[in-house]
Amino acid sequence: MSHSVPFLTLLIILPAVGGGVLALLALDKRLPKELCDWLAVLVSLATLVVAVVALVTMREHFGGFQLVSNHSYTGDTLGIRWYLGVDGISIFLVLLSALLFPLVLLTGQNKPKPRAYAAWLLLLEAAVMGSFLSLDLIVFFFFFELTLVPAYFIIAGWGHDRRAYAAVKFFLYTFLGSAFLLVGILALAFIHQSQTGVLTFSLPALEHTHLSSSTEILLFLAFTSAFAVKAPLFPFHTWSPDAYTEAPAGGSVILSSVLAKLGTYGIIRFDLTLFPQATRTLAPLILTLAVIGIVYGAIVACVQRDMKRLVAYSSLAQIGFIALGTFALNEQGLSGAVLLMLNHGLIVAGLFLVIGFIYERRGTWQTTELRGLQKVAPVMAGVFTLFMLASIGVPGLNGFVSEFLVLVGTFLTHRWWAVVAVLGVIVSAIYLLWTYQQVFHGVPKPEDEKTRDLSWPERLVLTPLIILIVFLGVFPKPALDRIDPSVTQLVTHVEKATGHDQPSVTTKGTAALGGQP
Amino acid sequence: MPLLPLAGFVVLLFAGRRLGDPLAGWIATAAVAGSFVVACFVLGGVLSQPETHRVFVHNYFTWFQVGTLRVPVGILVDPLSITMCMFITGVSALIHLYSVGYMKGDPDYPKFFLYLNLFVFSMLLLVLANNLLLTFVGWEGVGVCSYWLVSYWFYRDSAASAGKKAFIYNRIGDAGFLLAMFLIFEKTHTLVYEGGPGGGIFGQLGHLGGGTATAAVLLLFVAATGKSAQIPLFNWLPDAMEGPTPVSALIHAATMVTAGVYLLCRMNHLLALSHAGTEVIAIIGGITAFVAATIACAQQDIKKVLAFSTVSQIGYMILAVGSGAYIAAVFLMVAHAFFKGLLFLGAGSVIHGLDDEQDLKRMGALRKTMKWTTVTFSVGWLAIAGIPPLAGFWSKGDVLDNVYAHYKLLWALGLFTAILTAYYMTRLEVLTFGGDPRWDKVGPHGEPAHHAPHESPWIMRLPLVVLAVLSFFAGLLDLPWIHHDSFAGWLAPVFGTSLFNDRLHTGSQWALALTDTAAAIIGLIIGYGLWKGTRVDKPELEPQFLQRVWYWDDFYDTVIGRPSQRLATFFAWVVDARIIDGAVNGAATLVRSTGSAARKLQTGYVRNYALGIALGLAALIVFLLSRTWWS
Repeated sequence: MSHSVPFLTLLIILPAVGGGVLALLALDKRLPKELCDWLAVLVSLATLVVAVVALVTMREHFGGFQLVSNHSYTGDTLGIRWYLGVDGISIFLVLLSALLFPLVLLTGQNKPKPRAYAAWLLLLEAAVMGSFLSLDLIVFFFFFELTLVPAYFIIAGWGHDRRAYAAVKFFLYTFLGSAFLLVGILALAFIHQSQTGVLTFSLPALEHTHLSSSTEILLFLAFTSAFAVKAPLFPFHTWSPDAYTEAPAGGSVILSSVLAKLGTYGIIRFDLTLFPQATRTLAPLILTLAVIGIVYGAIVACVQRDMKRLVAYSSLAQIGFIALGTFALNEQGLSGAVLLMLNHGLIVAGLFLVIGFIYERRGTWQTTELRGLQKVAPVMAGVFTLFMLASIGVPGLNGFVSEFLVLVGTFLTHRWWAVVAVLGVIVSAIYLLWTYQQVFHGVPKPEDEKTRDLSWPERLVLTPLIILIVFLGVFPKPALDRIDPSVTQLVTHVEKATGHDQPSVTTKGTAALGGQP
Repeated sequence: MPLLPLAGFVVLLFAGRRLGDPLAGWIATAAVAGSFVVACFVLGGVLSQPETHRVFVHNYFTWFQVGTLRVPVGILVDPLSITMCMFITGVSALIHLYSVGYMKGDPDYPKFFLYLNLFVFSMLLLVLANNLLLTFVGWEGVGVCSYWLVSYWFYRDSAASAGKKAFIYNRIGDAGFLLAMFLIFEKTHTLVYEGGPGGGIFGQLGHLGGGTATAAVLLLFVAATGKSAQIPLFNWLPDAMEGPTPVSALIHAATMVTAGVYLLCRMNHLLALSHAGTEVIAIIGGITAFVAATIACAQQDIKKVLAFSTVSQIGYMILAVGSGAYIAAVFLMVAHAFFKGLLFLGAGSVIHGLDDEQDLKRMGALRKTMKWTTVTFSVGWLAIAGIPPLAGFWSKGDVLDNVYAHYKLLWALGLFTAILTAYYMTRLEVLTFGGDPRWDKVGPHGEPAHHAPHESPWIMRLPLVVLAVLSFFAGLLDLPWIHHDSFAGWLAPVFGTSLFNDRLHTGSQWALALTDTAAAIIGLIIGYGLWKGTRVDKPELEPQFLQRVWYWDDFYDTVIGRPSQRLATFFAWVVDARIIDGAVNGAATLVRSTGSAARKLQTGYVRNYALGIALGLAALIVFLLSRTWWS
């Protein structure tokens, strides 16, 4: 199925070319700075437009891959194909990335060396898009690895005091994980070749590889180690507080809301599709790590006095929820996990952006050095409150629906894990409200008095996030209607492959009781 | 009906600051008064239907659907939800009106009404929702509004902490609510209360085993203890008195805190399946009523006395629910909304008149200067004390009669609590309005003397008068001898018609009524006798144990608060930083020190590695492309 306009290829090419052009322009110092700034923003906005058009073009109620581009790339001897496709699971991650990059570019214009910064960001966007869209494992791996390079330079080049340490740690840690992934991909492809005589890396073909259960578990672990580090999943998370903290505000946004999703997306896309039996066998292990991550992340967040570290640990807990829903292996849990990837991306982006705005004004994000900001910056306080409540999971805002679906799904298949995870819901309220109280409540000190409220450009940057957070909370149906068919297909695939019906509501006799009017 | 306050909220959100001082308040008041009028029309419409056709379900749109988990946004109109709506909108409208006067001159005036309107919307959503999840939306919504309004004066540390504490205690209850929903969904495959093909939750209750039913009931009760401030989660409510007094009246007395009682009443078919569950509910309710009443006897702050009194009265409601007397619980809830709203607004009037003084020991003789407040407050006092023929006598009597039929021991405890109630309310009344003035003297900690108190403006007096009239006559809603034609008959479509006290003889009903009256009078006499004199410093009557709330907060702090803080610190700075991260960094160091052979390659600069990757990938591409060419 080939489409007249190659939307997905455009999504990768646009930012890649834009980044390249900017990098070349950066060599010519005479060009006006504004021109380059706006070129970068325009390119990312064009990418956003393409992503939105792709969403609109997609058929509803269809679970498979759409807008597919599938071209031979290296010929049959190597079997690598330029094979792109999008479905209900990836489209919202594509949109999330397409939305966040322009926002980050808009906030980063007064940095030193703005052209290089924008060029790296655009390159990163291309790599991210490539990762979410590739259905060929080698091409996926290429883009997955490629994200490291711009991310490293953004942290190392524009970060804070301990940026060198954080960047190196981030790079080596995730690089090590990916090494396992490459070995896993090659092993899988060669096993497939020995069975069929065809060397291919395309996901739908490799799905049908016959694997002995021990091989499957080893391959699952190889793939998962890369994704678990990237996400990050407990206990592979210690690079993230350092990286999120030392990165510039825009870098933290991209790292936590987009790059982290590469890990969870990888698990859903590749682990569940390729290794359903191993997924089921090892589900209790991952679920346990996820629940530990939820509770542990929340508890550690409680004693952080550094707001960025706090958000990093709260992300650890949220990623735990995503993993929890994924390995619940039923429709509710998995749909919730996919929706939570989008929602967490929006919320954490908002939090890091506001923290960045505070830093620009005060040069600190320590809760102990800020006080009473609600009095002098009421709009900032209101916006922060919204992101905070969405993160806590207050219904009416987007976080709640996804968290609820994850928990209900998990409860149906793994009750006691869900019961422990609910504790995390309580603790998240504690650390966020405590932070809010320290920073925004109380009487401002003299140095707090001078903190400006959000400027209009800053409000403009936050507006799309606010609108989406409220909209997806009140009316998540359009998103879920697109996610659900793909998730159903994946769940059915896992169930067929394992010959095992999960106790989800769809599979029970009294199915028609979902409360139709 | 809930849309009006929501519209008010939206208007105030975008235009509040421009509308300014009185106008924003009036718009908010009009929105709520409008929804009261709508509620009246709906009530009329429902009443015009025959008794068996008084339940309506209306679905607006699907909130979300995954698999067969379909959550509609829809309302359930039945006698219970309409009753709730009537008193919620009515009391809210009065309190909005009162606030127009009370909050005058506050710098964040529009914001106050913004929160208040959002609160009314959430509360109506809570009671009108036709499924558990939508009720939960309202449930959380009122919790968030409560958080904002308690910490409304956020520059005071105590207010900020109290708001946070209220939210977190509620959050513990919410965890119970969530788990109860999961359990109910697992067994019944729906979250809708009733109606639809399978008859909703109530039509599917047959799928619940005894153990599951008890678990679900207890989990819902955990939710109720959080929201309705029952043991063991009650101690957020007294702290919540840091909010402005109209907020205390509306949220922390009349409406939000009764949400837990409403939830249990709504789920009465489920409660009926678990005797063990309801027994626990009754016992906790009875004990809470008693404990809170003892504490109220020793508080110095006028609002704290009323707060503990609220906890105690809700304890009565919970006790009634546990005894299966849902109608009595709802009856007391309505009556309590009237007289406790009245008492709080009266207290607000006193505080307003005395330049924000809340210490009972620095009041006295206000009867001379605040006549309206005194008279209306006294009606509230007699009503809550249970003096016939005021509302409290009938409603509390109804509860106690039902408990008597079920649990004799809890009845005795409830009766003793009734004496305490009359006692602490009399103490409050006498210290505030009776005796000699103490506000003109310098306080015990050197606080300056107050100016002469002044009566509040008419805009604050009007709600007092209306609520006083309602507190006086609300008993007419459900007189025991015409049960079936009044409140009980009206609520029968929700709860059924089996009422325990029908089984009591008329003779014992009379005896119980006389006992209740006697208890109230005994409490009144003791209270008056002990506090009528001029000496108000009586430590023998106010033991530390009661003043410190049975050391409940200290207990939590020692047993839960400090250990978990130590644990968190340990996790953060030892487990995370040393062990997990230490292992990572340790491995890195190990690799570096052993890899001496490759030292020349290991420049230690990641940017070289990064460049390596980039070059490697580029080489790979070139290689692959060339292969394509040749093949």
